[in-house]
Amino acid sequence: MSTLVIAQHDNAELHASTLNTVTAASQVGGDVHVLVAGSGAGAVAQEAANVSGVAKVLHADADHYKDGVSVEIANLVVSLAADYSHIMAGSTTSGKDMLPRVAALIDSSQISDIMAVDSADTFKRPIYAGNAIATVQSSDATKVLTVRPTGFDAAELSGSADVAVIEGPAANGTTSVVGRELTVSERPDLGAADIVVSGGRGVGSAENFKIIESLADKLGAAVGASRAAVDAGYMPNDYQVGQTGKVVAPNLYIAVGISGAIQHLAGMKDSKVIVAINKDDEAPIFQVADYGLVADLFEAVPELVDAL
Amino acid sequence: MKVLVPVKRVIDAYVSIRVKSDGSGVDTDNVKMSLNPFCEIALEEAIRLKEAGTATEVVLVSIGSADIETVMRSGLAMGADRAIRVDADNDIEPLAIAKILKHIVEKEEAGMVITGKQSIDGDNNQTGQMLSALLGWPQATFASEVAIDGDSAKVTREVDGGLETIAIPMPAVVTTDLRLNEPRYPTLPNIMKAKKKPLDVIALADTGVDAAKRQTVTNVSPPEARSAGVMVGSVTELVDKLKNEAKVI
Repeated sequence: MSTLVIAQHDNAELHASTLNTVTAASQVGGDVHVLVAGSGAGAVAQEAANVSGVAKVLHADADHYKDGVSVEIANLVVSLAADYSHIMAGSTTSGKDMLPRVAALIDSSQISDIMAVDSADTFKRPIYAGNAIATVQSSDATKVLTVRPTGFDAAELSGSADVAVIEGPAANGTTSVVGRELTVSERPDLGAADIVVSGGRGVGSAENFKIIESLADKLGAAVGASRAAVDAGYMPNDYQVGQTGKVVAPNLYIAVGISGAIQHLAGMKDSKVIVAINKDDEAPIFQVADYGLVADLFEAVPELVDAL
Repeated sequence: MKVLVPVKRVIDAYVSIRVKSDGSGVDTDNVKMSLNPFCEIALEEAIRLKEAGTATEVVLVSIGSADIETVMRSGLAMGADRAIRVDADNDIEPLAIAKILKHIVEKEEAGMVITGKQSIDGDNNQTGQMLSALLGWPQATFASEVAIDGDSAKVTREVDGGLETIAIPMPAVVTTDLRLNEPRYPTLPNIMKAKKKPLDVIALADTGVDAAKRQTVTNVSPPEARSAGVMVGSVTELVDKLKNEAKVI
């Protein structure tokens, strides 16, 4: 029994979700190998070799792996699949995009977004936006699984695995990335931050989101937003916390001007401590908050910034 | 170009689901059912392609028992030209769904598939990618903008870090994210017209797909509930609690 973990990276650094995925793989039992497919990503392969619990790193370097195009990565994974009992990727947008292709091509029925490993063939996963948890047993010879990063601790960086250079199949070449508008931020990554400060419709405008940002900066936190705030154009889509956005589980989640729709709760209710600031004392967010403050956010948040 | 839009019937997005006490699943009896919201967005996009003259026909496909025909009719009322129902169980796994859809795509000689990125019941987010792999077509998932230009397309995708635009040749499979469009409401005349639109039924056996389950759901339980917290009276009290009680700052 052995597991292949598909590393997510930007050719320079390993994405934090890979460390959680390695932990899930370790819980299955057996050897854990990590695939780093990229272009000029030698440093990433080395970083992966340092992840505790990893027995071997497979490093494929080619131009057609540079942009992480799913068609290319999936074909590479398929070429390696016969050696593994389990294939895993983090359930980030890259993992979700790529792994079902692998599953289809090796005729395995994927289990998405696992949050717990019960045994080598049985896993827990959220359904209905986290309003129910299903325990699913797979009968496929090769288990194909995406892993919810917040369900597993990050693996440590005290390993020393060998890096084997491998050749992948020829480029498929159909898909090219022609543009990227990536958010540049000095703040921590939303998916991996210790503290997240999120704003909702109550914030009122893109301009007003500076209030949220100032609180986040005071706390060294990441900034998030509810779907309502994103739909209203206050913040870009990649800030969205919720069922269809990012699922986060920080030590402290501060929800400001967020009513607490089921959609949003699905993305943050596993946070350790939840604080809600809302002027509507009936807002459903208070039902999941450890600390609730009924107040006008435009007064309470600046006061909070000063008090910290 | 004929556009195929696979859709799924799900428990309505605004219904609070109830987990059955015996752990066998989620109660679907007497619960309001609707088109999966992401599938509605897919259908809207296909209808707009037809209105723009890019698509010639919009064909709705769904897989399940006769019960699902009601929501298929609402898809026809939105503007799909006709519908195909593959008669099968309502809980087929995404891999088998993708295999069935491949059969339909080939039979219909469709030039494009647009479907939702995930259904809001199973939250699997697999079918479009699997169909694309089985067809050997390029895929553009989580689309927030689709621009088709003859035999190629540019699709902007919602990814973790922001937005990414990819160029792909057609035919292709596109899956929709939330912000691709705002689906229309069917008008009363269109609801009436939809009753007369063709809705063909195909037996699962005629697709040649073995839809046997590979997975067993051994239990479905409600998530762990959070214990009720406390209300604080002031920012000062909040800061004190966070520092001295929760010890998170």
